[in-house]
Amino acid sequence: MSGSMQLAPDILIVGGGNAALCAAITAREAGASVTILECAPKTFRGGNSRHTRNFRCMHSGPQGVLTGAYDEEEYFSDLLKVTAGKTDEALARLVINQSEECYHWMGAHGVRFQPSLSGTLSLSRTNAFFLGGGKALVNAYYRTAEDLGVTVAYDTQVTHLQHDGSRIASVTATVDGETTTFMPRAVVVASGGFQADIDWLASAWGPAARNFLIRGTPYNRGVVLRDLLDQGIESVGDPTQCHAVAIDGRAPKYDGGIVTRLDCVPFSVVVNKDGNRFYNEGEDVWPKRYAIWGRLVAAQPDQVGYAIIDAKSLDLFMPSVFPPIVANSIEELGDRLGLPPDRLRQTVDTFNAACRPGTFHPTELDGLTTEGLDPPKTNWARPITEPPFYGYELRPGVTFTYLGLRVDRAAQVQAPEQAVENLWAAGEIMAGSILGQGYLAGFGMTIGTVFGRIAGKEAAAYVK
Amino acid sequence: MSNEIIVEARRQTEICNACRYCEGYCSVFPAITRQRAFSDGDLTQLANLCHNCRGCYYACQYTEPHEFALNLPGILAEVRQDSWKEHAWPVGFGRAFDRAGTLIALVMVLSIAALFVLAQAVRPASGEGFYAYLSHGLLVAIFAPAFLAPLVVLMISLIRYWRTVGGKGLKWRHISGALASAGRMSNLSGGHGDGCNFEQEDRFSNARRWFHQATLYGFLLCFASTSAGTVLHYDFGLEAPYGLFSLPKLLGIPGGIMLCVGTAGLAWLKTKAERQLGAAAAWGGEMAFVLLLFFVSLTGLLLFAVSGSVAVQVMLPLHLGTVLTFFLLTPYSKMAHGFYRLAALVRDEQDK
Ligand SMILES: Cc1cc2nc3c(=O)[nH]c(=O)nc-3n(C[C@H](O)[C@H](O)[C@H](O)COP(=O)(O)OP(=O)(O)OC[C@H]3O[C@@H](n4cnc5c(N)ncnc54)[C@H](O)[C@@H]3O)c2cc1C
Ligand code: SF4
Ligand code: SF4
Repeated sequence: MSGSMQLAPDILIVGGGNAALCAAITAREAGASVTILECAPKTFRGGNSRHTRNFRCMHSGPQGVLTGAYDEEEYFSDLLKVTAGKTDEALARLVINQSEECYHWMGAHGVRFQPSLSGTLSLSRTNAFFLGGGKALVNAYYRTAEDLGVTVAYDTQVTHLQHDGSRIASVTATVDGETTTFMPRAVVVASGGFQADIDWLASAWGPAARNFLIRGTPYNRGVVLRDLLDQGIESVGDPTQCHAVAIDGRAPKYDGGIVTRLDCVPFSVVVNKDGNRFYNEGEDVWPKRYAIWGRLVAAQPDQVGYAIIDAKSLDLFMPSVFPPIVANSIEELGDRLGLPPDRLRQTVDTFNAACRPGTFHPTELDGLTTEGLDPPKTNWARPITEPPFYGYELRPGVTFTYLGLRVDRAAQVQAPEQAVENLWAAGEIMAGSILGQGYLAGFGMTIGTVFGRIAGKEAAAYVK
Repeated sequence: MSNEIIVEARRQTEICNACRYCEGYCSVFPAITRQRAFSDGDLTQLANLCHNCRGCYYACQYTEPHEFALNLPGILAEVRQDSWKEHAWPVGFGRAFDRAGTLIALVMVLSIAALFVLAQAVRPASGEGFYAYLSHGLLVAIFAPAFLAPLVVLMISLIRYWRTVGGKGLKWRHISGALASAGRMSNLSGGHGDGCNFEQEDRFSNARRWFHQATLYGFLLCFASTSAGTVLHYDFGLEAPYGLFSLPKLLGIPGGIMLCVGTAGLAWLKTKAERQLGAAAAWGGEMAFVLLLFFVSLTGLLLFAVSGSVAVQVMLPLHLGTVLTFFLLTPYSKMAHGFYRLAALVRDEQDK
């Protein structure tokens, strides 16, 4: 294949997800010759982007599928809340400001939108949903790129970028088991985080990480990130942190995607493998607490939790991808889930005894709290009494890692003394520059789209 | 219904219900999200709502080689095909669907031959146009039952379907909503107007929608043309052959051309599309049906072109034979899909 492939394109793009495609399309439209190297086969192209459903978009009034208005200040303050202030304000505002224009750009490049999905009404004002989800978006960009004359090589893993002090001199990749060296004039890296490299995760997080499930692509192994960091390129973001949520414990190790999420926690008691509760399940409405349960479960023995509900709660949350484990008594359920049945019975009895009468309201904080229970359940606390009883196994599912490359406003990658002359970065691999901790739904795709376009534009200007 | 197929359809539908990314493509997904558990009847209804546009296949992050192995258009096509077989009446006749291709060919040969023999053997003493070959009385004696009996049979099948899918009492609102949707083929627009993913993998195109519209409206025009002829004959005493500017011709010629172009287009698209995303085993039968319709329209147009010449002797049995085949096999061929689809749309309106 190397025979037919141009080894010295103007611009080489490393990665084949949203950020990479936005960069490729922008650079090609500016007249540069562009080659994309994607390490996944065509069937799995598009990285984590293929699992997404929406992006967060500023707008001054109703627009397309977006309702109401969402201005810069509100957007930024939402970001401050979730990151507890750990954000680069200038870069964050740049992303927010350009998000509105992205909506039109995406449409013009083949992406189609749909009204917010049933069950996600709360996002209809802030997030624009992709019709068909992220894979449809990725497909649209590949079609556009192909029509523009961008070359795409699948099954091609980039292993090394040769940094000679001021610029990237060459790029090494493995194509069909053979090592190939590219000599592009400029490079955009958009190869995502390192969450699929379990060894790396384990060295950062501890051995518990070996029990984590990876929600997205198995191809984001941080090969390029590590290669650049090893050559002294500046990093940003906490190397020990990852974004993890509690997902269905029966999910595949990789690539389970959105369907493995479980929204039952607020209506459950959640116990660990010893049958003991460990956290307030009713602390806040689920979307706000979604992200902390990954860590909570990760801290339990064997990194596993079990959510227990009864018949009256089954229809209160989005259906799960795998059916729950069912039993007619708590003991039997414990048995089926591999939990000590008597201990589980005790935990449930203690919980039930601590519940108080009151009005249950599933969609808002109803203040239906337990009394004299530790930890308490401060909302939606209803006794678990009505058979059949249902149980779901919970495990931490990693969405992405925070460690990344430091970039400036122009998406240019920074070495200690100066910027690398011909290297730009976009997407997850530099998201740590903006997002120090926490996560705002839909912000990952916004960062990738905005910085992908910036990187493509800057790289194209450089090679002109 | 094959248990394996229905179990697999349920598995996939439950994954979709946990995902919902495809909600905006068509009416199948909103119907899925209205429920949590799916009975065999629910799945039958979903299958007949699906237009096999394949948008949800190419958009799906879980298609093979992913272990979830989603192929919703494929499995719904299998359920759909099975449901037609199961609801066909008389019971057992559904097996005809499995051999639709052979059956179409066989019935066509027999019909044409029979009409040919009749046109030779019992040629009327007098009569103009094609009535010079086959008397009006004879044609009515053959075609009236050949047209009406299959319709009755189909109605029985649809009543059986209605029971399976838990249909309720009909209101005009349900029917008008369904007709509006079918008339525009709104579900084939892909939800965004770019059409479906049929002939060029994940590239969208409206070709299938347009060719199908040409087929549907062409067919309806031809049907209207025949009806107009019947009315002229019985109510006004005006007998065929009709002139170029008569109602039957004004409806029939454009109708025939549309039907010809539409079916040729559909057949061509079918050769381009990935077979595994439909009911692969039914491919041959479906193709045979499209070609049958093509021959109905082609021979009809040719018959008109040769009118007045001796070639009518040949063209008339050819045309009438294909029409007869089409009528007779309506309940047991792809033609049934139109009726089931409409029933499914009506049923869907009831739940909206
Ligand atoms: C289940 C799930 C749902 C999500 N939902 C949303 C959402 O709704 N909205 C949102 O904004 N964000 C969402 N996110 C986060 C979002 O996926 C990321 O922020 C975004 O996709 C990052 O885009 P990217 O282009 O940087 O990386 P990716 O899309 O992951 O692309 C990285 C690409 O690089 C390739 N690659 C990796 N290493 C190499 C190498 N060495 N050589 C060559 N190629 C390589 C990969 O194969 C891949 O194509 C979700 C994440 C997950 C896991
Ligand atoms: S077809 Fe795939 S992407 Fe679409 S709703 Fe179903 S699971 Fe989700
Ligand atoms: S194939 Fe098309 S019509 Fe059928 S379910 Fe998928 S999107 Fe809907």
